[in-house]
Amino acid sequence: MTHILLRHRDIPDIHKLDVYQRNGGFAAFKKAVTEMKPEDVINVVKASVLRGRGGAGFPTGMKWSFMDRNNWPHYVVANADESEPGTFKDREIMESNPFQFLEGVAIASYAVGANAAYVYLRGEFWQVAHFLDERIAEMEEAGFLGEKLFGKDYSLKIYTHLGAGAYICGEETAMLESLEGNLGQPRIRPPFPPSYGLYGKPTVVNNVETLTNVPMIIANGAEWYKSMGTADSPGNKVFSLSGRIKKPGNYELPLGATFRELIYGQGGGIIDDRPVRAIMAAGASSSMIVADDKALDTPMDYASVRTLGADLGSASVIVIDDTVSLDWVVNKTIHFFKHESCGKCTPCREGNYWMQHLTERIHSGEGTQADVDLLYTVAKQMQGKCLCALGEFATMAVVTGIERFPDDFKSAVRS
Amino acid sequence: MANEVTLTIDERQVTVPAGTLVVDAAKKIGIDIPVFCYHPKMEPAGMCRMCLVEIGRPMIDRATNQPVLDENGLPKISWMPKLETACTNRVEPGMVVKTQLTSAKANDGQNATVEFLLTSHPLDCPVCDKGGECPLQNLTMAHGPGKSRFLYDDKIHLAKRLPLGDLIFLDRERCIQCARCVRFQSDVASEPVIGFYNRGRSLEIVSFSDPGFDSVFSGNTSDICPVGALTTADFRFGARPWELDASASICTQCPVGCNVTLNTRREAKADGQIVIKRVMPRQNEQVNETWLCDKGRFAYHYTESEKRLTRPLVRKDDKLSRVSWNTALTRAAEGLTANKKNFVVLASGRLSNEDLYNLKSLADGMGGQALLYSDMGGGELTALVGVSEGTNLGAMGKGDAILVVASDLYEEAPIWWLRVKQAADRGATLIVVNPRETKLDKHASFAIRYAYGDEVKTIDDLNGKGKIAEAFAQAQNAVVLFGSEGLGLEGSSALAAACAKLLSNTNHVGRPNNGLIGVWPRVNDQGAFELGFQPIADLAAELKGKAVYIVAADPTGDDPALAKALNGAKFVVAQDILETATTELADVVLPAQAYTEREGTYTSGERRVQRFYPVVPPRGDARPDFAVTAQLAREMGYILEGTSAFLVFDLLTESVESFRGLDYTKLAEVTEQWPIVGRNDLYYGGTTYENKQGLGAHLSSAAGRGSLTLPSPKGRGAKALRPKEDELLAVPVTKLYDMGVTVVDSELLANRIGEATVALHPSTAEKLGVEAGDEVKLNLNGGQVEVRARIDESISAGVVLVPRSFGLALREPSAVGLKSRAKVKA
Repeated sequence: MTHILLRHRDIPDIHKLDVYQRNGGFAAFKKAVTEMKPEDVINVVKASVLRGRGGAGFPTGMKWSFMDRNNWPHYVVANADESEPGTFKDREIMESNPFQFLEGVAIASYAVGANAAYVYLRGEFWQVAHFLDERIAEMEEAGFLGEKLFGKDYSLKIYTHLGAGAYICGEETAMLESLEGNLGQPRIRPPFPPSYGLYGKPTVVNNVETLTNVPMIIANGAEWYKSMGTADSPGNKVFSLSGRIKKPGNYELPLGATFRELIYGQGGGIIDDRPVRAIMAAGASSSMIVADDKALDTPMDYASVRTLGADLGSASVIVIDDTVSLDWVVNKTIHFFKHESCGKCTPCREGNYWMQHLTERIHSGEGTQADVDLLYTVAKQMQGKCLCALGEFATMAVVTGIERFPDDFKSAVRS
Repeated sequence: MANEVTLTIDERQVTVPAGTLVVDAAKKIGIDIPVFCYHPKMEPAGMCRMCLVEIGRPMIDRATNQPVLDENGLPKISWMPKLETACTNRVEPGMVVKTQLTSAKANDGQNATVEFLLTSHPLDCPVCDKGGECPLQNLTMAHGPGKSRFLYDDKIHLAKRLPLGDLIFLDRERCIQCARCVRFQSDVASEPVIGFYNRGRSLEIVSFSDPGFDSVFSGNTSDICPVGALTTADFRFGARPWELDASASICTQCPVGCNVTLNTRREAKADGQIVIKRVMPRQNEQVNETWLCDKGRFAYHYTESEKRLTRPLVRKDDKLSRVSWNTALTRAAEGLTANKKNFVVLASGRLSNEDLYNLKSLADGMGGQALLYSDMGGGELTALVGVSEGTNLGAMGKGDAILVVASDLYEEAPIWWLRVKQAADRGATLIVVNPRETKLDKHASFAIRYAYGDEVKTIDDLNGKGKIAEAFAQAQNAVVLFGSEGLGLEGSSALAAACAKLLSNTNHVGRPNNGLIGVWPRVNDQGAFELGFQPIADLAAELKGKAVYIVAADPTGDDPALAKALNGAKFVVAQDILETATTELADVVLPAQAYTEREGTYTSGERRVQRFYPVVPPRGDARPDFAVTAQLAREMGYILEGTSAFLVFDLLTESVESFRGLDYTKLAEVTEQWPIVGRNDLYYGGTTYENKQGLGAHLSSAAGRGSLTLPSPKGRGAKALRPKEDELLAVPVTKLYDMGVTVVDSELLANRIGEATVALHPSTAEKLGVEAGDEVKLNLNGGQVEVRARIDESISAGVVLVPRSFGLALREPSAVGLKSRAKVKA
């Protein structure tokens, strides 16, 4: 198939400005600025039903239209804090198809009337940030960024900003706090960033992959975009495939492709051809999907995955086979969330600390069934009470792991 | 009213102003939703997740925009899927709230939060200073699980004695990361010197200022801490809260007149005496709200000084010896009566209204003079055009103006600084007029800089045209706070006159939130002026050869010139609470009770008369000042009321017009205050005390009574003092923590007080060959002092800033010589 996101796989050297331009690069941005009103751009994106690729799947055009038009200036922030264990798609896009991403940032900025956009990268992406800085400089030199673009009364600057290595800063309001120079902790929502964002001003926060879709939609139209994927979830998606898989990596497929297609068609199947037992579709924040035939044949789109009691999220598909016990996986995820909990709200700060003691005890064989039961109730007790989604994420693998794979826990504890 | 909202909480209807938070609306009808991070004086953070409730809103039909009704014709309620925080949700019409009282889900949610908090909390209540007044303890006792599901061995162990600075200690195990302290410092005090470091369970409160926790409001964080994580160096392991008695008082450290509660207990280590264990703020929304500065909180120890006078003393054979009260009073009366024609009363604003009234009566009755011991003047003008009934800095905001001139308000009256800053935050036009940058400048709409000596001209210019002048003139309400930065008596009096003229010209007098406020050096200077006391320019000349009755003042210790003058006095009676250089040379010494040992009233700079009450028994044979004066008067053949403070006050109100209509009962009245402090309940505003003993009452002003005639300004003309080529202009400035007798005995503050230093601009220092920290020789009042110099870029060249009450006698700006000591040696 032809890639629309991972286009570097089809077009060598697309990270070079001339190559990108020769392949239609910046035509969409130019078209937007010179031929379209900002609201027209928003309407096209709305009509395309592009949904946010960061995990929540919120309609992008709708988000843009929420920007408070009575409060200026506006900002665009690209979420490049890609920190979900098992997610590595944004990095590949930024490293190999950087101009398409940056053009997406530019179009989004034009659409919402922002004259400054920030790319917030996780601290470990310092090389990517440096690479992007060079690309931004090239764009400025070529007249795609700066003052009076394409001779019109529109100016734009893009800045990169490095975080300091905190998962929580992928949460949009914590990211804004961090960008302002404060401790990276989420804000109470509402108000949402389109009404109260960076420096208290209306702000659109979009994922890297989401923005990378935008130039193609503006160039080819909403109908073209909707011809891919499903009606509910149009377009292509980059699936990060990892775990007990023969060929791990990023795969760009239309939304609605099945798990079986990804795991066996693209990923070459399970290592040593063992049976797949569980799938985590959204990285460490996933619910555990029991990988039966029904699940394997389920289309990977936002609505269908929900029928399996899980979420597609950022589509970081981690495959678990029969060599792995779920109590080990849960212990891993809880170590991660305990390490990354920002500490702002009580249930997440204390709950993860508590759960880590329990999962560690269970996994080390020192635990009892009472510890498993307690772990389950602690996770349940956290649910619905945390300040941001991270607290909820932490409980997903625990609750569904124990509910759907009770035997793994039974055999891990002392009888 | 259109902007009122009616909602239902636990099946009860409540109507509150739009914008009210659900947690506050519930409190209005007596429903306590437990909170930790929420504080009624701060914006909600929603982080502790304690106040979880169920919230529902009427379902609205999108087509008709009307509420959807159920079969009974009642609005259908759409409930939020998750529990919501009552502290972040604002009331809406028709909203339905179920708290822990009516919702099992909310109750379970709150119990979950308590259980989570307790997993890491040490529960060391038996040794915790907060034990007994701790909402976490109360909540645990009331609703906590009897048995912990969390294994004790898994408990996290963290540092339990981390000094954040000299005054505040952090116990990391007890901290529940509610950020009340961090938010107080950044949002309320605008001094973000503490913050969170790290994340998750490693989240830690750190101070990144040098010195640590460098804020004069730091003690408040201990009050509002909902656990025992922040304790004060003063009270840490000092007593258990339930052993403490509470008595209402007024802070005596500055003219703000903060309402305080003093906690006392009888203790063995004080030989069974009743001693003060701590000073806490007492709510008065019109004065100090629920706050207190660190000086007010920690400097009270001077009342317990070893230098307290406890017995009357009389000079015999050039030595002071203990005598009975009768002997002392007789001796004092003889000495004063013998010099009746030259009788002078010299008293300070440390005294109460009652004390000053009796002293003034005695001076008047004997045909003597009543002099106020103060280097700041202008009080006759604050009595005329001072602020009066209904004035509340806390109510000023958009459309109003506040002008601060010749005052480093942060150092002189911290709570006024806080409230003026907050008025500016609310949109008031703040005009700061100072000869150097102060902490208030960054909150100001306009900052005007002038050269020392040009203050009158600068204020006079505001009568004219220009952006700032117009902003002031057009303000709905305007208050001027004037101080004595760089000024002596003459300069401050002239400045007061200029300010009064500006206020009068712009019609900012005689109405609430309009008028003049003096940032006086002492708690009751305003009262002294109201009662007719006046300072005098050449005090030394006035004392020489006189019979002087000195009360609550130490001219000998303050100024060698005054010491010389008093040595030449005919007869000196010194009445004070502490031994001073003046009591050393007196003929008769009369021991007075501290404000903590008696009752009385003070008049604040905002002209609010407030009562203070006895807290501890008197020391030795000390008596209240007003009573001593009455007893002395009797010996001199003049009858004054001396049996009780309230009788003196009654006489005072009859003869002083601005006090008319006041009495002790009226001063003790309390009206409902908002927010509710919730000291003992789960809607926890902190350990601040509720005010049950009186909010005080304002004096009337002459302008308010409609009888305003401004006196024509007196004193020197507008010509500023300009030093010669090889001289510097030495100007007195005020530091919050100084070596004054009411501060220096508090050992806790020793590091904050530091040592005396004079400040020079870098260019001046360079010219004189002075480096930071060098000792310099300064010619003051004909004498020479050695003092360390510091370099300050924020002041102008050619001046030397000399701090008051640090043993450097500079009562008026003067041209002085200054030499680097290194140079002198060379």
